Amino acid sequence: MGVIYAHWNRQLKSYLHSGPRIVSSIVQPIFYLMALGFGLGRTFEQAGQGNYVQFLAPAMLAMIILFSAFFSGIELLYDRRFGFLRATMVAPVSRLSIMLGRTMGGATVAWIQGVLVFIFCTLVGYRPVSLRTVPLALLIMALIAIVFAAMGTLVGSLFTDFSAFQTVTNFLAMPFFFFSGALFPLTNAPRLMVWGAMSDPFAYGVDALRAVLNGTSVPFGLSLDLAILTILASAAITGGAYLFSRIEL
Amino acid sequence: MSLPKNVSSLSIHEGPKSAGTREMISVHNLVKKFGDVTAVADISFCVPEGQIFAFLGPNGAGKTTTIKILTTMLRCTEGSVRIDGLDVAVSQDKVRRCFGIVFQDSSLDDAMSAYENLSFHAVLYGLKGQRRYARIEEVLRRFDLWERRDEKVSKYSTGMRRRLEIARSLLHTPRILFLDEPSAGLDPQTRSYLWKQVKALNENEGVTVFLTTHYLEEAERVADYIAIIDHGKIVAQGTASNLKELTEMTTLDDAFVVLTGSSIRDG
Repeated sequence: MGVIYAHWNRQLKSYLHSGPRIVSSIVQPIFYLMALGFGLGRTFEQAGQGNYVQFLAPAMLAMIILFSAFFSGIELLYDRRFGFLRATMVAPVSRLSIMLGRTMGGATVAWIQGVLVFIFCTLVGYRPVSLRTVPLALLIMALIAIVFAAMGTLVGSLFTDFSAFQTVTNFLAMPFFFFSGALFPLTNAPRLMVWGAMSDPFAYGVDALRAVLNGTSVPFGLSLDLAILTILASAAITGGAYLFSRIEL
Repeated sequence: MSLPKNVSSLSIHEGPKSAGTREMISVHNLVKKFGDVTAVADISFCVPEGQIFAFLGPNGAGKTTTIKILTTMLRCTEGSVRIDGLDVAVSQDKVRRCFGIVFQDSSLDDAMSAYENLSFHAVLYGLKGQRRYARIEEVLRRFDLWERRDEKVSKYSTGMRRRLEIARSLLHTPRILFLDEPSAGLDPQTRSYLWKQVKALNENEGVTVFLTTHYLEEAERVADYIAIIDHGKIVAQGTASNLKELTEMTTLDDAFVVLTGSSIRDG
């Protein structure tokens, strides 16, 4: 138990002690929100789709969590390359506890960033439909964080060099984000894109947050979202744990 | 340079054993294959308690693979490896508690302080409460790092880092210490300090030391017993004097080159 906590704590401390990292990491969704939310806002409204900032905000929370959690996997590569992992792997502790601590640490940092983005969104005018739904939203954010942190660990366990990881990120995390309906309503999208979104794990996270925070009806429905996210979390943790245990240093 | 006549008749005997001496590391017929490639081709040796054992060999000889197997990082293909009587394949966690290891490449967390690095290590090895704080202070003081314990490791010099790594490896009071190229990249003062510490550990506390190094004059000075591995096989074992006599050379460096050939290995 202490082992899991020690690894979790290490991830957290590394994040919290780096002021520049905290600020720069949440810049991306802020830019999207400002440029698209306000830039495209009027056009979106004129098309009868309502307030774009409202539409975007839940997706921006999910976005920061996706990228931050997934990239916590690259820390695995870093530790592998620069030796710290070796010291832990030769200790009398289970690989599973190491993996869980790291993954939960990465998920927690991602979740915190989601909360920061949430706060920023409210500062520029975003309002959730009701304050009572916020706790559930926070839980869903945690679930999304776990799914993608575990996936990041999984990918991090497969590669040994940074460039391979970067390639995978571009061909996995980016499509996850762009084809999920985060930036546009799926209801009006071509059928092919809708099918794409249905096989996109991230789409369920965005969908769930929109349902809970905005109270609007959403393409997939909250129950389906929660079910899929839970299954994905279990699968990703299992797969990540297995691959992590197979790492040879 | 041709080998002296009697080298080919050298039989691989397994280390000096006195009656009743505990075998801390015993390797029997160890084979390791990676697919079709045989990295370690049937080696055997023993390290009794309290010995400083140097494991030498050119790059690509099978040294690193052997160490990884001894330290439970890799499984052997065939053969048996016991650490303090425990089978590495069966009692992995117990074996891990028996030894401390200092890797060739730094394995510290640069973003944490020396103290935090040791605390983390203490958790991994199950050191709790008072014992944890006491041991951390003890090893830090021993290696003259107590004053700078709260500084980030990124600010440490190479010598300090190596001292911290050795301090860390001793935190859980292991009976065996594995040192992989411990003096690589260090200035002469730090190197001398390091070996003094290792010798003291060995003489005062009876810690068994298994080391690899390319600095053969150090191995000559420090090691009680030496095994030389090449192409996955042990080509010679003995004390530094044995090996020099065998090859009719005056330094271990020269004896080593005679036994392994003078062509450059790319590993």
